[in-house]
Amino acid sequence: MKFLEHAGQYFILLSKVFARPEKYYLYYRQTIREIEKIGLNSFGIVVIISIFVGAVITIQTNYNMENPLLPRYLVGVTVRDSLLLEFSSTMVALILAGKVGSSIASEIGTMRVSEQIDALEIMGVNSASYLILPKIVAAMFFFPILSLLSMFVGIFGGYLTCLFTDILLPSDFIYGIQYMFYPHYIGYSVTKVFFYAFIIVTMSAYQGYFAKGGALEVGRSSTKAVVYSSIVVLLANLILTKLILS
Amino acid sequence: MIEVKNLTKKFDDKIVLDDINVTFEQGKTNLIIGQSGSGKTVLLKSIVGLFPVDKGEIWYDDRQYNALNFKQKKEIRKEIGMLFQGGALFDSSNVQENVMLPLDMFTDMNLSDKLDRVNFCLARVNLSDVNRLYPSEISGGMKKRVAIARAIALNPKYLFCDEPNSGLDPQTGIVIDNLIKNITEEFNITTIVNTHDMNSVMEIGDKVVFIYEGKKIWEGSNDEILTTDCTELNDFVFATNLAKKLRN
Repeated sequence: MKFLEHAGQYFILLSKVFARPEKYYLYYRQTIREIEKIGLNSFGIVVIISIFVGAVITIQTNYNMENPLLPRYLVGVTVRDSLLLEFSSTMVALILAGKVGSSIASEIGTMRVSEQIDALEIMGVNSASYLILPKIVAAMFFFPILSLLSMFVGIFGGYLTCLFTDILLPSDFIYGIQYMFYPHYIGYSVTKVFFYAFIIVTMSAYQGYFAKGGALEVGRSSTKAVVYSSIVVLLANLILTKLILS
Repeated sequence: MIEVKNLTKKFDDKIVLDDINVTFEQGKTNLIIGQSGSGKTVLLKSIVGLFPVDKGEIWYDDRQYNALNFKQKKEIRKEIGMLFQGGALFDSSNVQENVMLPLDMFTDMNLSDKLDRVNFCLARVNLSDVNRLYPSEISGGMKKRVAIARAIALNPKYLFCDEPNSGLDPQTGIVIDNLIKNITEEFNITTIVNTHDMNSVMEIGDKVVFIYEGKKIWEGSNDEILTTDCTELNDFVFATNLAKKLRN
């Protein structure tokens, strides 16, 4: 019953979020700010994690493929497909659920408990739309860019590993990266991230928007935002993979 | 003028406001007083529509607010200014952006006119050279004044203040109180102030409504408070030893 109550409240919130904006240029201005907060400020973490994960996948794959019957370039193929199919979409989304999701829930939750949302409502502003819609647009626009960035940086991390160690010739790695490349993997990955962005922002905003009490509750809503959006991202991953790749 | 008729509000089965009838007059500073937990804030938030009421009517002049649809309510909300207990300034916006938000949302003024209006409102609350500062960079009293400036930006017909001088020293509290009273008279606004501060009551209370355990049990002027025979009100007004000594 509780689940149905939350689901109903979530969809009512979404209907408010997608109401007609009062002033488009204000929403545009907010969206630009959110692109900086949600997107640009996540560049660093995505680059650092992707480069290390790309390097580690290369080492692990190489370790498991030390068989003379297997061509060496298969390491490159595996690294590329691992990054394109799963890491740069789902794993990056989980990282962003932690960083962006908790930030959104705590920001909106703090606004709720400090009556800033009430102040917007009193002014006659649709607070749900004004606060959440720009975040959704910013995330759906920028998360795919972060995912693409993660693909390139991850592969670059693998290349650097080959360059600075003797586990694999860089030329084999490059050949593997290019071997049997299916461009639609990128489309598949970006499509998934597009959905994940919506899930992470709306679920986190929901937790913050209905926060009650004080700092403790805001902290709890922030934790719930990360946990629930991560679970739904994983569920969406399963469904989208089945739908797109079948 | 704001009129409340037979207002009842429950949270689950607990009655928080019980059959409240009161009229708040235009151009006057109307005070709602009572102990913490008596239902003052719930009454104020019910009047502005933040809490739906279970029974009763709320009239803004000739419009029954709680019978209007969302769009019609929105129109009235543009005529409302509200000062929250903590100021409720938007942390991520500076002072100028905070005061300008209602103008951005609901007017077609150009930037220069909006800036003029922002500066006028800030000057009206005796603030200058703070436009670029963020709420975290100003004092509690300044936050309240910025919140008042934001509340009056759209020339409201109705002003609501929830414990405007809580957390302020008595001198700053009086400054805020007088500011509210002056603005009320200057712009002929219907102002409702929620407080449990007796300094405010004596300083600015044109009309005072006393709420006790969710019921309105007394109303009158601030002069009449001192001579009332309402026991609960006397217990509230003369709660401190100093007040008791002064009374005797």
